Amino acid sequence: MNPELTLLLTPLVPLVGSACIAALGREPNLREAATLLTACVLLVLVISLLPTLHSGAPPEITVAEPIAGLPIALHAEPLGLLFALVASFLWLVTSLYSIGYMRGHGEANQTRFYVFFAIAIASAMGVAFAANMFTLFVFYEALTLSTYPLVTHAGSDEARRAGRIYLGILLGTSLVLQLLAIVWTWQLAGSLDFVPGGVLGDAAGPGVTSVLLVLYVFGIGKAAVMPLHRWLPAAMVAPTPVSALLHAVAVVKAGVFTILKVVVYLLGIDVVSAAGSRTGLLYVVAATIVIGSLIAMRKDNLKARLAYSTVSQLSYIVLGALLANAWGIIGGGMHILMHAFGKITLFFCAGAIMVAAHKTEVSELRGLGRAMPITMGAFFVGSISVIGLPPGGGLWSKWYLALGTLQADQLVLLAALLLSSLLNLAYLLPIPIRAFFSSSTEAPTELREAPLASLAAIVVSSAGCILLFFFAEPAHRLMQLALSP
Amino acid sequence: MIGLYNYWVVVVLMMTGFYVVLATPNLVKKVIGLNVFQTSVFILYITIGKVAGGTAPIVQEGARLYANPLPHVLILTAIVVGVATTALGLALIVRIHSAYGSIDEDDIRRRDGAES
Amino acid sequence: MIGEHLPALQVVVPLLAAPICVLLHRGDLAWLLAAVVGVICVAVSAALLVAVQVGGPISYALGGWPAPWGIEYRVDLVNGFVLLIVSGVNLLALVFARLSAAREVAAERLYLFYTGWLLCLTGLLGITITGDAFNLFVFLEISSLATYLLISLGHDRRGLLAAFRYLVLGTIGATFILIGIGLLYMMTGTLNMADLATRLPDVQGTRTVRAAFAFLFVGVGIKMALFPLHLWLPNAYTYAPAAVTVLLAGTATKVAVYVLLRIFLTVFGAAYTFEQMAFDRLLLPFAAAGVVSASVVALYQRDCRRLLAYSSVAQIGYMALGISLASVTGLTAAIVHLFNHALIKAALFMSLGCVLYRIGSAAITDLNGIAREMPLTMAAFVAGGLSLIGVPLTAGFISKWYLIVGALEKDWWWLAAVVLASSLISVFYVWRIVEAAYFRRPTPGIAPRREAPASLLVPTWLLIVANLYFGVDTTLTTGVAGRAAAALLAGAS
Repeated sequence: MNPELTLLLTPLVPLVGSACIAALGREPNLREAATLLTACVLLVLVISLLPTLHSGAPPEITVAEPIAGLPIALHAEPLGLLFALVASFLWLVTSLYSIGYMRGHGEANQTRFYVFFAIAIASAMGVAFAANMFTLFVFYEALTLSTYPLVTHAGSDEARRAGRIYLGILLGTSLVLQLLAIVWTWQLAGSLDFVPGGVLGDAAGPGVTSVLLVLYVFGIGKAAVMPLHRWLPAAMVAPTPVSALLHAVAVVKAGVFTILKVVVYLLGIDVVSAAGSRTGLLYVVAATIVIGSLIAMRKDNLKARLAYSTVSQLSYIVLGALLANAWGIIGGGMHILMHAFGKITLFFCAGAIMVAAHKTEVSELRGLGRAMPITMGAFFVGSISVIGLPPGGGLWSKWYLALGTLQADQLVLLAALLLSSLLNLAYLLPIPIRAFFSSSTEAPTELREAPLASLAAIVVSSAGCILLFFFAEPAHRLMQLALSP
Repeated sequence: MIGLYNYWVVVVLMMTGFYVVLATPNLVKKVIGLNVFQTSVFILYITIGKVAGGTAPIVQEGARLYANPLPHVLILTAIVVGVATTALGLALIVRIHSAYGSIDEDDIRRRDGAES
Repeated sequence: MIGEHLPALQVVVPLLAAPICVLLHRGDLAWLLAAVVGVICVAVSAALLVAVQVGGPISYALGGWPAPWGIEYRVDLVNGFVLLIVSGVNLLALVFARLSAAREVAAERLYLFYTGWLLCLTGLLGITITGDAFNLFVFLEISSLATYLLISLGHDRRGLLAAFRYLVLGTIGATFILIGIGLLYMMTGTLNMADLATRLPDVQGTRTVRAAFAFLFVGVGIKMALFPLHLWLPNAYTYAPAAVTVLLAGTATKVAVYVLLRIFLTVFGAAYTFEQMAFDRLLLPFAAAGVVSASVVALYQRDCRRLLAYSSVAQIGYMALGISLASVTGLTAAIVHLFNHALIKAALFMSLGCVLYRIGSAAITDLNGIAREMPLTMAAFVAGGLSLIGVPLTAGFISKWYLIVGALEKDWWWLAAVVLASSLISVFYVWRIVEAAYFRRPTPGIAPRREAPASLLVPTWLLIVANLYFGVDTTLTTGVAGRAAAALLAGAS
């Protein structure tokens, strides 16, 4: 199969899959089979695109051209492939997990859930392979809209309120700030294509690029830079698989991925590093890192704690992008991968605890390690990776980010990174430790793990965290390729 | 000033009609005001057609200068439109009266409750 | 042969059909006739647009009297495009009207309803196609009188007062236009638009021409519901029969915007309008204020149709903004939005019409949980709403894009911000309805509701598909609009 067709199929396959899922709504087993099959096919498709990186001319395909000079086009480049690989692999894992979770939890409207899940993945693929900012914007909005029904899945008043915040912030920032930035870029440069070095060139002075950079960083609300982070904790009312894949991987990573793309391919690293607003933004991002961690410490609800941890960790990637030097970009890109595996493991565990032990608060988890050893063990592994301790993959990305701050002579930022890592340690590690080593208030019960499908997913993702520590080189190479094609 | 006598009449009529439309809550009086308002424009058009020293635009012996007939024709059309508007307005008032039992705008609004 | 007479047919066919409707004296037959006329009109306007694209502007001397003595019908890209919009929306609205109007209009008045409908159509098409200023006034009054009638024919007695108020305001507006035309005739001695355009430059410095300019601006402003002259619109849209609202939202205000373009850019000429009269700066504050304030007011409405009516006022502000940019991009945005907004609002009002057909109310609270019982209707509403907001891949996005590019071209970044802020507000008001329909539980004890019948859903979804199609393939819309805008501005330096 030629790579152009493969490229086109990446968003189409999940879309077709969602149609099949909708059609098979009455047969839960067939429906789940359709989900898994679609996820497998998608993963194979994305992997088959990997060799094209070395083929000289990367594949590119134009689908339509709504506005002259602004086609809806897809192309494959290293950064996008990295994101697509993460998203498609973890979709497969999450599908496995959600089968156990949704049935174990007895959720209603499961068909709707799987349908929109697949559409969200299709949108994420579009974001990953977008060949220009316009295409990316289209899929970015599609991602917002397709995840809205997932956030409000429960249909309760609380879910509706959360949905309003979710949609309000994400749609609002993108339709006002981001769109303004995009039109402005188009007006200045006459093109929105992603090309190494950016399209802007000398078309704009540092003043304008300063404004543009601010508009992009805050307009890409999915990156959850404070003060526009409120939607992420609000979205935690969604079922746990949604929180796990979308709000630890696909949606939020689409946000930071977009920022990376803007910095590397649209504005250009040189232009960004010359922009006057960069320093200010860096401090905002550093503040988000520290404040996010601080808030996470104070949250007793496990999912809320993880959500604020995500807010903080996302800003690591934004920080890397805004450092606008090689180490920063490499670290940021790798953190997309590392944090995805770590955080999804943690969310899987949170969901498993909810299904098996019906517990949602951190303070209730003492001694749970005896009832759920595998889950809590995986939680430990995920924590290690998110904190950045060996043998977790997170070490590498944080390593490169730290190098990036040093290269930029930003010791304050380095301090923020290290402080936040300490805070990570303080709010994550006690959970598994107490689960294993302190005695439960309730009588320790017999082994009661989550459903088998969910457990399998947890094992896979936590194994991933450790494997990435030993095999981080391919990701590193991908990022280098993105910087110097 | 006095030479523009016709135009002064137009302005006065127009303002009178406009004021009546705005000021009265009585729907029938509104229609009357609207008529006065439109009539002022008829006069404006007829004035435009006047040619100094011209006679009625009918071909006859000894006449060299005629008034411009075109505005007269135009305004005939406008008068027809005005009559149609008046008729429709009055017809609506009849239906409003049968629906509300009143032709007073404030009164009707009160009957519809606080809406609109 | 018949091809030569297409411009005349465009107007004469619906005009002749109207009295036949009265003679038929039966609602169903009247509808059938109107539908046939609707199809013919679409065919004629499509043929005209193709002919114009191939062979340039068409001039047609009505009754064989050449201009400037006779009345000239003149079709160029701008009005060819508008003709197609009007007849297209009209046809879909007619299909929709068969069931919808039968429910809302008393059976013994149904044939009168279609008579009025055809006259309204005649007027709208006539306004668009004519090249004669006075003829424009006559057609304007034909369409207006028919519109007052149509609005008053619904169930709701409040429609009567809405119609009366529109009659008063509309007549004042039309009279202002009449005065403006009279003053222009006084200075130039011609009523033909092309002649006016050539003769006006000689006298453009006079106070009379400036007075004409002002009268025409206010008159057209009332007709197109330009803020703050929009007061007639919300009630008229809210209480008219559903099908009439669709027709009005999709055509009437659009034709008025066209009149604005035609009078101020063709007759007065872009150079005079923009450079001497500073029309752009005159229009801009009204447009911007309308965009913002009408959007905000829409947020607080309890009735969906009134909400959309205020949104229409805001959207007309978008078109006015595009015109006030006084650039090719801005005008392109205005003309594209003229088309796109016709699609958007017609689709939205149709989906609400489906709801009205089933439950007889469009209050937001009555829509609670309705998506479960009327999934197709509400899905159409969501899709139309997204297009209204201007989400990419919908028609609404395209026009907004051009508008923002136009604003940034002039370095009016604050204007771009206004446009974007207003689209953000539209997210909120559209979502109020969506949330009620999808996420609230139905009020206990209400009668069970069913999905709307197919003959209502088909035209609704056709419009939705058009919304999506013209969001992706814009060769027709932006292509025509871009060239039309360039032609309109050709006079300006």
